[in-house]
Amino acid sequence: MLNYLIRRLGYALIMVVLVSFVSFVIIELPPGDYLTQKVEQLRARGDRSAELQVEMLRVRYGLDKPFLERYLNWAINFLRGDFGESFEFERPVSDILGARLGYTVILALATTLFTWLLAIPLGVYSAVRQYSIGDQIISVISFIGLGMPGFLLALIILYFSIVVFNLEVTGLFSPEYRDAPWSVGKVLDLLSHLWVPALISAITGTGGLIRIMRGNLLDTLGQPFVEAARARGLKNRTVIWKHAVRIAINPLVTILGAEVFPSIIVGSSLVAIVLNLPTIGPVFVDSLRKLDMYLAGTCIVFLTIMLLVGNLVADLLLAWVDPRIRLE
Amino acid sequence: MSTIPATQLTTAPQDTRRTLIEVRDLKVEFNIRGGVVKAVDGLTLDIKCGQTVGIIGESGCGKSVTARAILRMVPKPGKITGGQILYYRVPRQKKLAGSNEVEVIELTKLDPDGEVIRQIRGGEIAMIFQEPMSSLTPVYTAGTHIHEAVSLHRLLPLKTVGDQMVERITQYRKVTREEAREIAVQMLRRVGIPKPEQRVDSYPHQLSGGQRQRVMIAIALSTEPDMLIADEPTTALDVSIEAQILDIMRELQQTANMAIMFITHNLGVIASMADEIVVMYMGKQVERAKVVDLFYNPKHPYTKALLQSVPKLGPKTGQRLASIEGMVPDPLHLPTGCVFHPRCPAFIAGKCDRHVPNWVQVGDNHWVRCLLYEE
Amino acid sequence: MAVATAPSSVSLVKKKELGQSYWDLVWYRFKKNRLGVLGAVLLFVLYFSFVVIPEFLAPYALENRSRYVEAPPTPIQFLDEEGRFQAPFVYGLERRVDQVKRLRTWVPDTTKKYPVALFAQGDEYMLLGLIPMNVHLFGLQTSDKDARIFLLGADALGRDYLSRILYGGRLSLMIGLLGQFLTLALGVTLGVISGYYGGPVDMFVQRFTEFLAAFPNIPLFMALSAAIPAFWSPITVYFMLTIILAFLGWGGLARQVRGLVLSLREREYALAAKSFGASDRRIMFRHLLPGTMSHVIVIATLSIPGMILAETALSWLGLGLRPPLTSWGTLLQDAATVRAIRFTPWLLWVVPPILLTILTYNMLGDGLRDALDPYSGRG
Repeated sequence: MLNYLIRRLGYALIMVVLVSFVSFVIIELPPGDYLTQKVEQLRARGDRSAELQVEMLRVRYGLDKPFLERYLNWAINFLRGDFGESFEFERPVSDILGARLGYTVILALATTLFTWLLAIPLGVYSAVRQYSIGDQIISVISFIGLGMPGFLLALIILYFSIVVFNLEVTGLFSPEYRDAPWSVGKVLDLLSHLWVPALISAITGTGGLIRIMRGNLLDTLGQPFVEAARARGLKNRTVIWKHAVRIAINPLVTILGAEVFPSIIVGSSLVAIVLNLPTIGPVFVDSLRKLDMYLAGTCIVFLTIMLLVGNLVADLLLAWVDPRIRLE
Repeated sequence: MSTIPATQLTTAPQDTRRTLIEVRDLKVEFNIRGGVVKAVDGLTLDIKCGQTVGIIGESGCGKSVTARAILRMVPKPGKITGGQILYYRVPRQKKLAGSNEVEVIELTKLDPDGEVIRQIRGGEIAMIFQEPMSSLTPVYTAGTHIHEAVSLHRLLPLKTVGDQMVERITQYRKVTREEAREIAVQMLRRVGIPKPEQRVDSYPHQLSGGQRQRVMIAIALSTEPDMLIADEPTTALDVSIEAQILDIMRELQQTANMAIMFITHNLGVIASMADEIVVMYMGKQVERAKVVDLFYNPKHPYTKALLQSVPKLGPKTGQRLASIEGMVPDPLHLPTGCVFHPRCPAFIAGKCDRHVPNWVQVGDNHWVRCLLYEE
Repeated sequence: MAVATAPSSVSLVKKKELGQSYWDLVWYRFKKNRLGVLGAVLLFVLYFSFVVIPEFLAPYALENRSRYVEAPPTPIQFLDEEGRFQAPFVYGLERRVDQVKRLRTWVPDTTKKYPVALFAQGDEYMLLGLIPMNVHLFGLQTSDKDARIFLLGADALGRDYLSRILYGGRLSLMIGLLGQFLTLALGVTLGVISGYYGGPVDMFVQRFTEFLAAFPNIPLFMALSAAIPAFWSPITVYFMLTIILAFLGWGGLARQVRGLVLSLREREYALAAKSFGASDRRIMFRHLLPGTMSHVIVIATLSIPGMILAETALSWLGLGLRPPLTSWGTLLQDAATVRAIRFTPWLLWVVPPILLTILTYNMLGDGLRDALDPYSGRG
């Protein structure tokens, strides 16, 4: 167990290092990004203060240093909490992302919760009542869920809320709470807004997860230990939940880390763009469009770290639910 | 319990050899794509307390389906389409109270997920399966499995406070967690698992195949059932472990006066276990006899062929082993007349392929389904 | 076929099925899956309409601008003002300022009627890029150059939105196929090699795919496509985008193929081929590859919609295809703003074809999986 933990943790750390490296490559990749543009503009002015500014930028970003050194410089600063400067906003990246990071995590967690609360009962029902009307309906819905990327669903919901109901579903807060300090009221307001994007982002993942749960459970229901459990005189419900579902859910935990969580992070970022939520997603896209690369790179690192943490949590969860891994 | 219409109370004299299960003309069909497979077609047998009935036949002959039909666990899309399975039951509470009142329950009429059949399953008729490797739920310990069965079916008398003799204790309680654990350890010890106090907390993947099958037997017997259905319990095991498992079963049967329905395709195993043997072929029973009669005086050509295919030591050593000619027929397109006729060495043209043989008695408790023995 | 749980009848059923050839059986099972067949048929119709003959189906050319900026859809009329039944026609459009909403809109001008006709003559085009034609499925039969039929409204440049959706489908649908083709080539080759040889190639493939999987995919797409220089020609951008999609997408496929090859290479027939002295390449691609085909087909079918969606999302965010290229994604760019939804909601008509495409691919893929996967019999 300890071995397993250390291995997973080590793996995650190595990934973080690699990911940060790739992110830095991405930061440096686009020709004509903000930094180069700015330096060129300043050089073109050619006056004394401009020279000084160029000099400052040169030192801060190590423009004359080799690539590897620049990366190390950036990485060390990153660890210190200095993520560089957003050229578009002319503010430190940490200022811009600060609060958004928290909302991104909250949104991802809420979405994960919805996904599981929807997918597992529906998947179980679908498998237990295979070929029933309910199963067929769930199959169709999960098909549509599979085919319904969150951002398009968000668009459709936006359409109905604006055109048909004349409602506001964008944002995470009502106007009166947007800049208010934290209070019970603000938390409740957040929750009353949060469920819309969370549910929308959840729909996509749910479709696939229902299918997987159904398939796994059908496989498991054919296993001898299920028949053996039934032969012990257990209630049908106990056989299904305590024996079959309990086993069928194990691979789902892995899928949660490897597939569901990533798609939730991506999906909720796109939904956040449509619904204009104060999460990382909209800032990230904006920064890419404007080639504000330090902001964009930091966003990628954070999104990826979220993913890796999600993976790690799924690994731990798997060890917790599966003695075959725990006792290895 | 008597509110269930399929239940009626009768009284029978105490008899250790009383009939426990009576199967009459059982038919089980699987409605699959392409037609109907008659998995069991007209099976009749009875099993008495303390007796071992062996069912033997090639894979696909319907023996496992028969076992599952008794517990009402025929997998979809299979269905019991005819016949009766009667269970002469002494309910657990009455038995504990010393009563021998027998209820006759028609198992074939019960709701397959209902209360009554669930009390019977595991509690009064237990079953062990062919695949010891996968018959235990991987995430639960051996102890948890036993606890599950015991807490459902084992009842302990509820102690009443009083100074006079209590003749009939009418109330019972379920076992507690600690008691269940104790029972689990006891059972594991009885089936010969070393260090049962530790093994009770082992997960299936930590046990060997033989140990898992022992655990399965421990689970099945922990509820003190009246009958054990063993569906090829040793097929997946090594021969040496097989012998140990069979010893355990025999020993436990003797101490508990338990009936056993032993399903196998292994003639050697069945000879050492069974009192009576039913031979099945393509869903039909072709011969039924006491074990000695069957082995020394087989009647049906299929039984004869089966016996000849067993390797023997003795004067005939050195001969080629006999095998049964031909292939198992397509269950969707069974041969006309006697289903065995295309492979039968005693085939009579114009007779065996036209007439369906009847179930005829040829000796003391010796029945056969073959036109050779019909007038 | 729940009989798989019936210990005694399962072997019998298997035997029965083995009587037919594998692909016969696949075809039989696929035909039985109504959703799968429906998916296949719809997909064919979709590709035929959007890729092969959009010029014919669209009433106007892609860049046919008009003065009707952001005109709402013009419904086809069958009844005139007095309620008499007539041959189908549309009214002309007239500029009007909506006093309540304080915005300018277009309203029907009932003084002008233009008959709608099937196979009307209109903008010139080359059918299949070969045959010059000017006949469209439908159009207005009028000499008035200003007359327009906008079944799904018009965009900010007065272009017929239905026509744009039809043309836009070509790029969006093709990027899925092209990208998947590249993915297949990369994923299958590397998967087979890494499964067969193991060793360093395998290490590389394994670690690299793990590494790619660690990234959230769309953000990585976005970052990479943001790096495509803005001055490149649209068509180069299109191919770069396809390559990026494929480059990031082959990992999953390679892993699956690798796993299959790992198990197949120990099978008797592979060992037999080796003992006959067959070359590694022959064993890999003649003996092992076919064994993985059914899985590959299923995975490929099910991952095409992901590619189409990735393009759509990227272009929608302004990071993928750029005007003048027209794809569903670039169309979505105009449609997916709160302002657009409020004032020109008909631009959201681009969403249904996207959803339909994804749905049909999933239906087809699911049907194929059920038909191809021998273990899916119960599911």
